[in-house]
Amino acid sequence: MSGTALFRLRRQALPGRGLALGVTLVWLGGFILIPLAALALRPWEKGLGGIWAVLTEPRVLAGFRLSFGASALAALIAAPLGLLLAWVITRYEFPGRRALDALIDLPFALPTAVAGLAMTAIFANNGWLGEPLAAWFGWTVAFRPAGVVVALVFVALPFIARTVEPVLRDLPRETEEAAATLGATRVQTIARVVLPALAPALLTGFGLGFARAVGEYGSVIFIAGNMPMVSEILPLLIVVKLEQFDYAGAAAIGLAMLLLAFVILLGLNLLQLLLRRGQP
Amino acid sequence: MSVRITGLSRRFNGQAALDDVSLEIARGEFTALLGPSGSGKTTLLRVLAGLDFPDAGLVEIDGRDVGQVPARERRVGVVFQHYALFRHMSVAENVAFGLRVRPRATRPAAAEIDRRVRELLELVQIPELAGRFPDQCSGGQRQRIALARALAIEPLLLLLDEPFAALDAVVRKDVRRWVRGLHDRLGITTILVTHDQEEALELADRVAVLDRGRLAQFAPPATLLEAPATAFVAGFLGEASCIPARLSGGRLESPLPGLAAPPAWPDGALRLFLRPHEVAVEAGPGPGLVRMVHPSLGAGTRVVLELEGHVLEGVVPPGLPVPERGGPCGLRALAATAFHEDGSRARLA
Repeated sequence: MSGTALFRLRRQALPGRGLALGVTLVWLGGFILIPLAALALRPWEKGLGGIWAVLTEPRVLAGFRLSFGASALAALIAAPLGLLLAWVITRYEFPGRRALDALIDLPFALPTAVAGLAMTAIFANNGWLGEPLAAWFGWTVAFRPAGVVVALVFVALPFIARTVEPVLRDLPRETEEAAATLGATRVQTIARVVLPALAPALLTGFGLGFARAVGEYGSVIFIAGNMPMVSEILPLLIVVKLEQFDYAGAAAIGLAMLLLAFVILLGLNLLQLLLRRGQP
Repeated sequence: MSVRITGLSRRFNGQAALDDVSLEIARGEFTALLGPSGSGKTTLLRVLAGLDFPDAGLVEIDGRDVGQVPARERRVGVVFQHYALFRHMSVAENVAFGLRVRPRATRPAAAEIDRRVRELLELVQIPELAGRFPDQCSGGQRQRIALARALAIEPLLLLLDEPFAALDAVVRKDVRRWVRGLHDRLGITTILVTHDQEEALELADRVAVLDRGRLAQFAPPATLLEAPATAFVAGFLGEASCIPARLSGGRLESPLPGLAAPPAWPDGALRLFLRPHEVAVEAGPGPGLVRMVHPSLGAGTRVVLELEGHVLEGVVPPGLPVPERGGPCGLRALAATAFHEDGSRARLA
């Protein structure tokens, strides 16, 4: 058994390393790597040319633009909103603060289809919000790309609020007081001391929210209207391909989404490394 | 007068943190605010810095009433207990912060800021750390960074909030002397908040002792030790043990032999405060029970003993036999500070 020497672990003070590592690897392999491998292998039965043909279909290209564009926009809108939410629940005491705190997590638990239906009802041209928006500004939200963005903001928001909140809570008051005694105004303190301290967490929240938005299906399909070339998101196109029994085509779109999302998240992580300079 | 505090009061939820405190501190003086936790010393520091506002009373810095002046306009430098450095900024950026946030009209040019930062880092003897981040520095270095950052705004008043508490014992003594030396060189009026009497007595020109929000005594260290104004000061400073006694018919009733009754005091309850060197301990039979014995260099052997339920500390003079732990010992008071229940004070011998 000479091969075992390779994997023999040195004795460690912390017990259970072998077991913990084993369970982690099995979990990682069974739930992430093997399904991903299947996804990565499936499209090749079409050949490189076939994959290229699927990905360059105008409808699919439009889907890429909408899915990634709307997700980025939604995460950008949700970032300041989530920051504000986290700020309000950590910094102020007011009646109903606990309820608001719990409310933030609601999108995690709610079936997104329900949220989609509710938002569609509100933003439709005869809905509570849709009607005044259309009457006063001439805006239509539901069944348009704008509707997609609204739905994605809803799903991305809790990710941002929940990643920023603990960092904001741990930010010592003394730091802000120090800035004040050094002559900084409130605005300068927030811009130069508080926001830079929150930036890494905000970026993580942005990445999580963005990733969640790219994969979102349930809430979007109700409000988007799903018009080809206009408001069809990629997950919907995958379902369309599956309904046509084009499994390889569906997998090709899935794989391309995965790669693109991976590259974007990797970029965000590198950016975060830059922001964290000097901090463990 | 550089700092004048008159009738300052601050209450939190009905509890007085500061109760009618008045102090006058001279320009260039090094003052310590000394007291146990909850005595109001940190509240007083925060009021001076403009981070908290009093319910009543007046604070003047350099003759100007600062009651309505926000912290950022006071030019009061603060070194916080945990330093409160900006973790995402390099050491040089931390020090430059107070200059960079100035309004454009009074902000020095970038090159001038760089020069000042270099000067300050040299002043606190850490020029090599300019490019590092606070998390890469040791506790002592962080304290110097915090000090340089506070000095950058050319403060009228420098406040140090327990600045040595986070340092280990060896570094602490060095840094203490260094801080006092820096003060003597720069001449900035400085207020140190501490619960450590050794620190206050060693560093400060004058010490303000706070007792539950009230100013108990404000005097030079020697005066505090020789003539404590209240029983609290006598008990808090100089490792004194407290023994209750009674005065009846002009006679002193106390478990301690060796003390004469104070002349011309009315009858009543007394409290006697004795420092270790005021209690002479001898081996052999006696009323005391030896709890602990610890030798010290030169000054004889320190003994912690129990006398009729009271714990006190005494000294066996050098050269004499030392009693055994757990055994009896004899003792005699050489001197004591007595407080009468009516508040008057006397030295007994």
